[in-house]
Amino acid sequence: MAGQTIPLWEVFIRSRNGLSHKHVGSLHAPDATLALQSARDLYTRRGEGLSIWVVPSNAITASDPSEKGMMFEPTASKIYRHPTFYEVPDEVGHM
Amino acid sequence: MYTQALNANPDAGDRTLEDAALVARFQERIDDEDRIEPNDWMPAAYRKTLTRQISQHAHSEIIGMLPEGNWITRAPSLRRKAALLAKVQDECGHGLYLYAAAETLGTSREELVDQLLSGKAKYSSIFNYPTLTWADIGAIGWLVDGAAIMNQIPLCRCSYGPYARAMIRVCKEESFHQRQGYEIMISLSKGSAEQKQMAQDALNRWWWPCLMMFGPPDAASMHSDQSTKWKIKRFSNDELRQKFVDATVPQAQYLGLTLPDADLKLNEETGHWDYGTINWDEFKQVIAGNGPCNRDRMSARRQAHEDGAWVREAALAFAEKRRVQAEAA
Repeated sequence: MAGQTIPLWEVFIRSRNGLSHKHVGSLHAPDATLALQSARDLYTRRGEGLSIWVVPSNAITASDPSEKGMMFEPTASKIYRHPTFYEVPDEVGHM
Repeated sequence: MYTQALNANPDAGDRTLEDAALVARFQERIDDEDRIEPNDWMPAAYRKTLTRQISQHAHSEIIGMLPEGNWITRAPSLRRKAALLAKVQDECGHGLYLYAAAETLGTSREELVDQLLSGKAKYSSIFNYPTLTWADIGAIGWLVDGAAIMNQIPLCRCSYGPYARAMIRVCKEESFHQRQGYEIMISLSKGSAEQKQMAQDALNRWWWPCLMMFGPPDAASMHSDQSTKWKIKRFSNDELRQKFVDATVPQAQYLGLTLPDADLKLNEETGHWDYGTINWDEFKQVIAGNGPCNRDRMSARRQAHEDGAWVREAALAFAEKRRVQAEAA
């Protein structure tokens, strides 16, 4: 067993009903049960949450930050996707 | 609880090999108050400096549990015991948030822990002083955590995202620590003459080491410039030390205790409290491993790590057995 490392987990917490789970940090644990217990002890000592998700860090596929220009540029040029692109006459009022 | 300015100069050699355009773009992002995230390009020296600083900070939290843990079983009431236990548990949590932040820079948890246990990595000098009486628990909460907060609040705006986020959590939890310490000092100061003397004695022993927590004076600090340029550090050691002195003097006055510095006096011109000369030889001795408790702290930490080895091994073996069973089913 020597030399074996304890896996890394990402922790997500729902702070109250109606809100989505949000990433709060990470921790090391040998399995999912212990990861959940450690997440409870580490990230909810002051009533921070009602629900916890733990996900093995190596199960997450992330976009490459060095390609973020190419990845997100198409949205930057499509200003017609935003309501402010369109003109509504004052007489029409709030729309 | 606290990070101390112990970093050596980042290796100049690391920088010469890097693409000047990448370095310039990186500095631009820093200047624009953009946050750097784990997979972003960063200069090797930035990575090295932060890994060292964040891991030293994590080690300090972990070692910091020892002086206070000394009094958990001897706390004078159940209320005090519960609060101290919660505080020490917080220190452990802070250590773990910080290790996780340091790991995002590419060094594994096992390596970081090894660096502490082998003595290669440093931790804050303050935890090498002994906790002789219950009043020391009050003085640590009030002064050591007070100094830590002074130092940590600007770190919430550090340029490295994971460190800044860890510090926000730490700072939120830290203010309870200082209050519980000050409350202990109030109780002792308002108690019998003997109790008040106990509080004064603790203050006498902790005051100067707390001033040393801010690190060497600006004139002697060689790495500050680069850390400031990278927005890891937002205030100089002396600026933070002065803020701490100014904040603490009225708190000591309220307690009716005397800060052990004959030279302490209000400077009418600057509005700040001038303080006496800090014994930097003592600081250097403690950093070099010759403080009152350095050997105790390290041997306690090593012992705990070795005693826990079978638990780590058993938990991994159990996880593996469950995985194999699940696959077979």
